[in-house]
Order: sequence, then structure tokens, then C-alpha cells
Amino acid sequence: MMALEIIETCVNCWACQPLCPNEAIVEAKPHFLILADKCTECVGDHADPQCAAICPIEGAILDELGDALNPPGTLTGIPPERWAAAQAEIRAR
Amino acid sequence: MDLPVIESAPAASGGCSAGSCGSSASQMDGMAAEIRARVQDHPCYSEEAHHHFARMHVAVAPACNIQCHYCNRKYDCANESRPGVVSELLTPEQAVKKTLAVAAAIPQMSVLGIAGPGDPLANPERTFATFRALAQKAPDIKLCVSTNGLALPDCVDELARHNIDHVTITINCVDPDVGAKIYPWIFWNRRRVFGREAAAILIARQQQGVDMLVARGVLVKVNSVLIPGVNDEHLKEVSRIVKAKGAFLHNVMPLIAEAGHGTFYGVMGQRSPAPAELKALQDACEGDMNMMRHCRQCRADAVGLLGEDRGAEFTMDKVAAMTLDDAMLAEAMARRTALREKVAAEMEAKRARAHAPAAPAQAVITLHRRAAGADSLPAAAGRPVLMAVAARGGRVAEHFGHAREFLIYEATAGGAKLVGHRKTELYCGGGDTCGEEEDVLGNTIRALEGCEAVLCSKIGYEPWGELEAAGIRPNGEHAMEEVEVAVMAVWREMLAAGRLDAPAPARRVA
Repeated sequence: MMALEIIETCVNCWACQPLCPNEAIVEAKPHFLILADKCTECVGDHADPQCAAICPIEGAILDELGDALNPPGTLTGIPPERWAAAQAEIRAR
Repeated sequence: MDLPVIESAPAASGGCSAGSCGSSASQMDGMAAEIRARVQDHPCYSEEAHHHFARMHVAVAPACNIQCHYCNRKYDCANESRPGVVSELLTPEQAVKKTLAVAAAIPQMSVLGIAGPGDPLANPERTFATFRALAQKAPDIKLCVSTNGLALPDCVDELARHNIDHVTITINCVDPDVGAKIYPWIFWNRRRVFGREAAAILIARQQQGVDMLVARGVLVKVNSVLIPGVNDEHLKEVSRIVKAKGAFLHNVMPLIAEAGHGTFYGVMGQRSPAPAELKALQDACEGDMNMMRHCRQCRADAVGLLGEDRGAEFTMDKVAAMTLDDAMLAEAMARRTALREKVAAEMEAKRARAHAPAAPAQAVITLHRRAAGADSLPAAAGRPVLMAVAARGGRVAEHFGHAREFLIYEATAGGAKLVGHRKTELYCGGGDTCGEEEDVLGNTIRALEGCEAVLCSKIGYEPWGELEAAGIRPNGEHAMEEVEVAVMAVWREMLAAGRLDAPAPARRVA
């Protein structure tokens, strides 16, 4: 089935919800969800899946294979190893 | 895409610009009378008003259409006080009730702003639903909005329709090559656009937005984030251009970057500017336009006077439990109106005194120009001195140890001028998860670097000694006096004691 998925790293920022041409994105707890039976990955409507094109969180939206549409480093510009090092430094405090 | 390019230097304005009004013209005196009347009860736009009036932000706008390297949308930390951070997202209905509740409890409330936590104009339905309801239910409250500018040209008509007469645009650059170092991407025409192309689009939209707002008579304030090595020199050009286009106030704020905030700049080790760097840039821009020195970089859900946050008194469950009837709301509005009229009369009287021909008895409060004959000293006598003030309500009214921030004044023969403020707490208040215990007094002394005196209502023995050892003289002799009067009194004492003949003592860099 062709559908995208929002996972738990979602920060509930609402950016994606109004953009979906199929109204497939719903507010839910603990985070927004994509209704798989409504999602078309925007095929036929837009060149890029709209939710993934505005989502600010790397890795929060997956394709039907479970791969991130915005892999680590692609949005923030922070290389994953730098991010991991910063996280480790903060945890060690 | 065509980028707006300003080729010529801005024409000298006919009004009383900051540059033409004397080196220590107070911020309000640098504004045209018409603008002054429109901002005199807006704490963010008027330095004078921020002692008397309160503002609040309602966090109704979560979505954002761009990414800035100083922002991280993941964080929601109650201990942090910086833009983009909120604890509770509100629906427009909740926001309206919260605003009415705050305005009923705090008669100083004069301004309701929507500033995020995302971009208000990337959430137009939520933002305008809030404005629409408030314009109807609390017509005396001024409405304002801040934006990154990307969606602004599409929203100008709607903004004008809701009688929003102040808009703040964050403009960090006018050059796409600089912008590419600040904005990794924007969402534009249903695509994510990266790098220089993204910055060029954003810049063009911001500049178009400024023009459209100015053409409709909406007051435009420009915010810029000072990022050392990225846009520091460039902000002088930004200041020149936005002034030429008709923005009335420029607010240069320091970058806040810590690894713990998870921002690109924080993680990658971009440093924040030192207070002296910020002041130098603000001074350099001031020849071109009114600079704002009292910004507190508040949260997108801040409540109360600048420098204090009473948000905890108005959490959503507390507001939900309140009952607000029409009679109560009408009474609260009458109370606010009466207070505004009283403060306006006081400010007018103060301005009239300050502009009156200098009489000896008034020389000490002549802040706006060199008082002829105010002293029998040569005009050039006495160098500028930075002083920190523990202030409340425009007076030296705070105990040193209770001050969470200090106002920084520069005193010269021409008067006392607010040049900034320094927080005495870490942006993050600490705790197990985000910081370590710090030496509070040591932090405060480091925060006051460059100041030669600190004025407060009272001070304990231990901090007195440590401040003196650091070259900052504590002074508790002007408790409850008006801040500018007290600062000038201390400066005159220093002058009389011969302490201003020598250059300022060099300070070790903390």
C-alpha cells in the first residue's frame, strides 16, 4: 500500500496538516498521524509529498518501506555524527 | 527573481531622526510625533512605555514555513526563555479567553502579539481568527504580529483589515549569500527550496512585505539576529535599507546559541556575540535610524511587563476555570483606559519638562540634549560610563540579589541613554536535564562586564565586596529615584571625584 507514516519524533507542529490534498493527516496523541487509507503520497496532486516537504524534523516521516523521506542531516545541515556527539555531551552533564 | 536593490544612500529625512536629534536623544524623542502617539503604550516599541505597560503573546501559531539555523522546533522547556519556545499551544478560542483573563487581571495590558512558536502568517486561519475575536471583545488592546516575511505579501490586506498597525519582520540579511548561511531551507510553492535560492526568495518577499506595509501606513519594526562572522557587518546595510524603505525601528538582538538547545548554530559551535559587540553594532546603526535597546527576546507565550513573565499564573487549566462575564470585561477595559490616560499625561509632562529651556533645578533631568550651562564644566569633560541598574517601573527599585536582569545605561555629559540589558540567569535555568549548577554571583558579575557602577535599592555585604573587587562600584544611595536621574547623579559624582579624567579601566575578558 502506498502511504506515508508519521512516527514518534513528530513534534506536533501542525505544518503538514493543512497541506495534505487528501485530508489524510489527523491530530492525535501523542503525535499526528497519517491515515493510510487516505494517503496517496500526493501522486497526481503535487510533485513532492507535501507533509515531507515542510516537515522540519528529520526522520519523522517514513515511506512505505520504512525509509525516512528526510534522512538525518538533510534538513538541519547538522552532520549526524556532530549531532550524536552533542547529545552525548549533554547527557553526560 | 528580481531582488530589490537600493542603490542610493537614504535621503535625509525631514523628521527628527535619531541621528539629527543629538547623540543622546532618547529613543522616543527620535520618533516623529505621529509615530510616538501610536506607540506610546506599546512596551516593545517604546522604551518609555515598557516601564508602564504589559504585553502578552498567545501561542496559536505552531507551523513554520522556513528553517532558521538558530531555531529548533523540538524544544519545549519551561526553564528556557527565548523566542520560539512555548509550553502550551492554544486554539484561537483558548487564546481569546486567556487574553481577556490577563487583561482583566493586569490593567497595564496594552498589547496582544502573535509571535509563534512557528510563523504566525504560516498559520493564517488560527492567527486571524484570534485577531478577529479580540478586535471585537477587547477593542482597546493593540494587536501586533511578527513574521519571517515569507508569507507576508499574501497577508498584508488581511492585516490591514484587522486594524493591525504594528508588524515586526525578522530580517537578518539582504544578500542571498549571507542568507544561505542562516536559512537552510524554505517551503515555497509546495516545494522545499534549499540554500542560496531559498534565501533569495525569502529576502525578496521580506522586502516586498516592508514596501506593502509602509504603503498602507502600517508601522514596521525590523528584528535582526546578530550572528558573529555571518551577518555582523552586513546588518549595517540591512539597517540602512529598511530605514530607507520606511521601517520605524530596528531591533538588533544577540544570537542565542547553546549546544543544549539543539539548534544548528548551537550544535556546530557558532558563538553568540559579547554584550560589547552588540552595543557597538547598535551604535553603528543608530546614525541611520531608531535602534531598540530594551528588547528581552521573550518567549512566544510571554505574559506581563517586559523582563517579567507571569505566564505561570495563566496556564490553560487556570484560565479554563475562570469565569469572565461581560460586566467584568467592561469594567476591566475601563480600568485599562484610565491607566493609559494617566500614564500618557505623566509622559507628556515629563517630555515637556525635558524640553523646557534648561533651568538650573531641572538640569539633572535634561536627558535629550546637552543642557546649556547645566554645568560650568567644559562640554567635552567626562568620558562615557556604563552603569547597570536594578530597575523596576522606571526606578532604582530592585534589591541587587533579587534582580533577574539589569538595565545598562551609558552616561555622558549629554544624558543617560539605555543601551541594553543583561540577564543574570542562564537562559536555561538548569536542573538535571539541561545544565549544571552555576555560581550565581559570579555569573552576575560576568554579565555586568564593562560597567563601572551598579545601582540598586539595596545590596548585601558579600556581593558588595566581590563587585568592588571586579571594578564595579555598588551604589544603593539612589533607591526609588527615577533611573535616568540616578544614573546622571552617579556620573556627576564620578566626574566631580576626578574619576572620569582617566580612560575606563581595562577589564579582563570573562
